[in-house]
Amino acid sequence: MFRFLIQRLLATIPVLLVVAVAVFLLLRLTPGDPAAVIAGDSATTEQIEQIRAGLGLDKPIPVQFGIWFSRVLRGDLGESFFFKKTVTELIAQRLEPTVALATCTIILAVVIAVPLGVLAAWRHGGWLDRALMGFSTLGFSIPVFVLGYLLIYLVSLKLGWLPVQGYRRISEGFVPFIRHLILPSITLSVVYIAIIARVTRAAVSEALTEDFVRTARAKGLPESRVLISHALANCAVPIVTIIGIGLAVLIGGVVITESVYSIPGLGRLTVDAVLARDFPTIQAVILLFSVAYVLINLLIDLSYVFFDPRIRY
Amino acid sequence: MDALAPEMEVEAGIPMPRHSAWHRVRKNLGVRMGGIVLLLLAIASILAPWLGTVDPTLLDPTNRDLLPGASGEIMQLTGESLPHTFWMGTDSYGRDIYSRVLYGGRISLVVGITVAALSLAIGLVIGLAAGYVRWLDSVVMRIMDGMMAIPGILLAIALVSLWHASLLTVIVAITIPDIPRVTRLVRSLVLSIREEPYVEAAVSVGTPTFKLLYRHVLPNTLAPLIVQGTYLCALAILVEAGLSFLGVGLPADVPTWGNIMAEGRLQFNQYPHNVFFPGIFLALTVLAVNMLGDGLRDTLDPRFNKRGDRPA
Repeated sequence: MFRFLIQRLLATIPVLLVVAVAVFLLLRLTPGDPAAVIAGDSATTEQIEQIRAGLGLDKPIPVQFGIWFSRVLRGDLGESFFFKKTVTELIAQRLEPTVALATCTIILAVVIAVPLGVLAAWRHGGWLDRALMGFSTLGFSIPVFVLGYLLIYLVSLKLGWLPVQGYRRISEGFVPFIRHLILPSITLSVVYIAIIARVTRAAVSEALTEDFVRTARAKGLPESRVLISHALANCAVPIVTIIGIGLAVLIGGVVITESVYSIPGLGRLTVDAVLARDFPTIQAVILLFSVAYVLINLLIDLSYVFFDPRIRY
Repeated sequence: MDALAPEMEVEAGIPMPRHSAWHRVRKNLGVRMGGIVLLLLAIASILAPWLGTVDPTLLDPTNRDLLPGASGEIMQLTGESLPHTFWMGTDSYGRDIYSRVLYGGRISLVVGITVAALSLAIGLVIGLAAGYVRWLDSVVMRIMDGMMAIPGILLAIALVSLWHASLLTVIVAITIPDIPRVTRLVRSLVLSIREEPYVEAAVSVGTPTFKLLYRHVLPNTLAPLIVQGTYLCALAILVEAGLSFLGVGLPADVPTWGNIMAEGRLQFNQYPHNVFFPGIFLALTVLAVNMLGDGLRDTLDPRFNKRGDRPA
């Protein structure tokens, strides 16, 4: 177990390193001189030179990478050109809405997708199964922003049940917080539900053909126990894996959903930063999302031991 | 089901499918429906100038914010006014949404097809090399693993921000995040194909490596690649529309579905149709491509019959 843990952690290092190099090169490939951009239009040549030396931009690229990387490791992501704040501060402000939205979406998706997938597998080829497969193809196809506006139109504008847009911090009260999160979470969860339900269905219908399911049925267990404690319990690993892989889709969706619902989160920050050509912020947000994605998938790999006692590392 | 169908061939005890792959593809419901919808969309966008449209960038302030179905006159650049029915209304600049939506289809289809073709071609070359040249494999795949860790849309957004947004840069920015996914697929296919007896046989009679790859390995990667290509196409159409919608894609005056929606969202409360018409076309297009892909997967490629292989 311990050896596996070390191996898995070591295997993560090259991935993170490639991410860091790619993200670093993204800024260095920018047309124009970052020092001139930071200094602003009214700066003198000496000031620009000073900033360039301060950032280490006069040194060779590998040395620059070393400087940048050691700063990142210390949590110093640089200063935003546009917002005139440190990027770390900026991210800290924008973290809560994104984490809240992502958490709500994952919970909603798992709660809906897993039971649907199990039922579809149970009645393989039945109407629910076909409806679910049709729904998931639709879910893959309907763009997040089209769905978002459809829901705003129906639920907020026509029915008036929920606020149209915006975000309330959890410190402003739990009820408004949740009310503002319902529509964005539903919007974002549809693709995720489609992915998770498909994998659940495939895994459970395979498990249902196993001998232990036949044995469980033969000894007269109620069908619900057969489905949940025998079939579904054996599918935890593929389901948890797809939840992790699907995070990439979720992160892409977060950027658009936050824009549709005017949520001041990291996704919105990314778009604002791109529009303002604020490269340190773009770099930092991409780095943050990628590292989070890699680390969460690492945790998921490690969780296999917990979900499936047969796995011994 | 005619057991004596002339297509049926039996070879040395290997159970062959009853019909040829092409025949099964044509009979598949998803392929048919998706194919017909796509064909109609392609025809509509190619023939847009002859389908009752006006210049999609034509501004006419007297026709601002018309509701769908309104009739009126539109002033051409030459100064003459033509009677015109605004089937889908107009936007806040007085541009005809119907014309913009039809012309927007051109961008979506071009981006979808080009991105799919480019990422398949590049991924195929890298994947073949990685799968066949041992020492390249671990280096290339580590780089691909790292690239896969960066969420695709974010990478595309960042890449577009580096360049001036044009059709070419948008296509390149959407293609780059797709390459590792294709590379992985091709590599895994090559690794399994190279263990097949016919490859061993070809090697033992001294087939040169290039010919071996071209004649024996490549043809066996085609079916999964075609399926993957349709999903990449669907994804590329969605990402392009997303980039435009966020305002970081093609310049705002270019008629793309995402741009029309980005413009329409500003007045969504009063005029939701400016968001919904391009949205319906977008969703329908992506749905058609996905149905085509699912149909092709079911008929061409039973081994990869799970959704987990989709590009994420």
